[in-house]
Amino acid sequence: MEVIISNSSDKPIYEQICIQVKKQIMDGALQAGEALPSMRALARDLHISVITVQRAYEDLTRDGFIETVSGKGSFVAAQNREFIQEEQLRIAEELLQKAAEIGRAHGISYEKMTGILKMFYEDM
Amino acid sequence: MEENSIVVQDLCKHFKGFTLDHVSFQVPKGRIVGFIGENGAGKSTTIRLILDELRKDGGQVTIFGSDHREVSLKEEIGVVFDTCNFHDVCTAKDVEKILAGVYRNWDGTVFHQYLKRFQIPVDKKIGDFSKGMKMKLSILCAMAHRPKLLILDEATTGLDPVVRDEILDLFLEYIQKEDNSIFFSSHITSDIEKIADYVIFIHRGKILFEEQKDDLLDHYGILRCKKEYFASISREDIITYRETPLSMECLVWDREKAKGKYSHAVVDNASLEDIMLFYIKGKEGGEASYERTGL
Repeated sequence: MEVIISNSSDKPIYEQICIQVKKQIMDGALQAGEALPSMRALARDLHISVITVQRAYEDLTRDGFIETVSGKGSFVAAQNREFIQEEQLRIAEELLQKAAEIGRAHGISYEKMTGILKMFYEDM
Repeated sequence: MEENSIVVQDLCKHFKGFTLDHVSFQVPKGRIVGFIGENGAGKSTTIRLILDELRKDGGQVTIFGSDHREVSLKEEIGVVFDTCNFHDVCTAKDVEKILAGVYRNWDGTVFHQYLKRFQIPVDKKIGDFSKGMKMKLSILCAMAHRPKLLILDEATTGLDPVVRDEILDLFLEYIQKEDNSIFFSSHITSDIEKIADYVIFIHRGKILFEEQKDDLLDHYGILRCKKEYFASISREDIITYRETPLSMECLVWDREKAKGKYSHAVVDNASLEDIMLFYIKGKEGGEASYERTGL
């Protein structure tokens, strides 16, 4: 597992951890069943508060990406990657639909809209 | 429910010209709690009262559930002050001889591992040590009897960034054991900003807030705007403000809200140092006062 923390980011540190771990799980860099570092060990290695890590792990558990077995630690959950992607695509579709409605109602061109989407994709 | 290592309740102490006024807070087990405030705010007084080095005028302090005056508790606590209190003619070896006789749980193996790791000579007189070496030795001595609670008063003040980083590493290692807790005061807020789980802020003998550090850093912001624009900012959104020759600066509790609401202003993240400065030097005038932050 790799985590890079930015101190100048707008995103809180727990969210940065969450996003990066999720991405590694979706990429397959982290395999189902693989053990994550203990919360205290990760806090030590990143020089951050234990509570920050705890919050990230709680969110990852809530979203079904990891499972925590008390006394044993946290593991990458055995989930269906396609299923998660499908779910997220559905959410993205809803948001895009909204963007399209706004664009059409206010005469924003399709090219301009896709340009913005492209810019966001490249920014991240 | 989190168990607590230290519980302080309504602690009071009067000196001429200074009053510690009904101070209450907790240090949960397994956590690192940073204690911030300007010089003279009452940090050291509070710590000395907790350690029963000063007699309190009122209130209660319990450590691991027992009254703090219980002598047997001293075995469980490691303490470091801002100066190294070992005599200049002693060597690290001499100090070990003394402390091994004091603490039943003294662990010579651990102590020598620490000395090696931090490159502290065993036979050199402490009088010839640099300040960083002295501080490291004090901290190692406080940890070598494997206490369950570390209390440090300005232990990293005056040290260079490299030494401070080594010490923070040591703290984070110490806290790997879930029963251990650390309570440390500092006016170097960047150390606390890095590793603390909770932050307690004391000002003029009173606790201003006791908060999770992440909550502080994720919510507080500094809003900057032109003077003419200041009047249009709702007093409910700001805690304190300062006037500079060129602009107005306000400490806001909810920076995301402020960003959305005031498009003519700049809203930045606030560091612990900013928050401390604004609370101490800023003018009150905001309605989002101390109470707002959940005290």
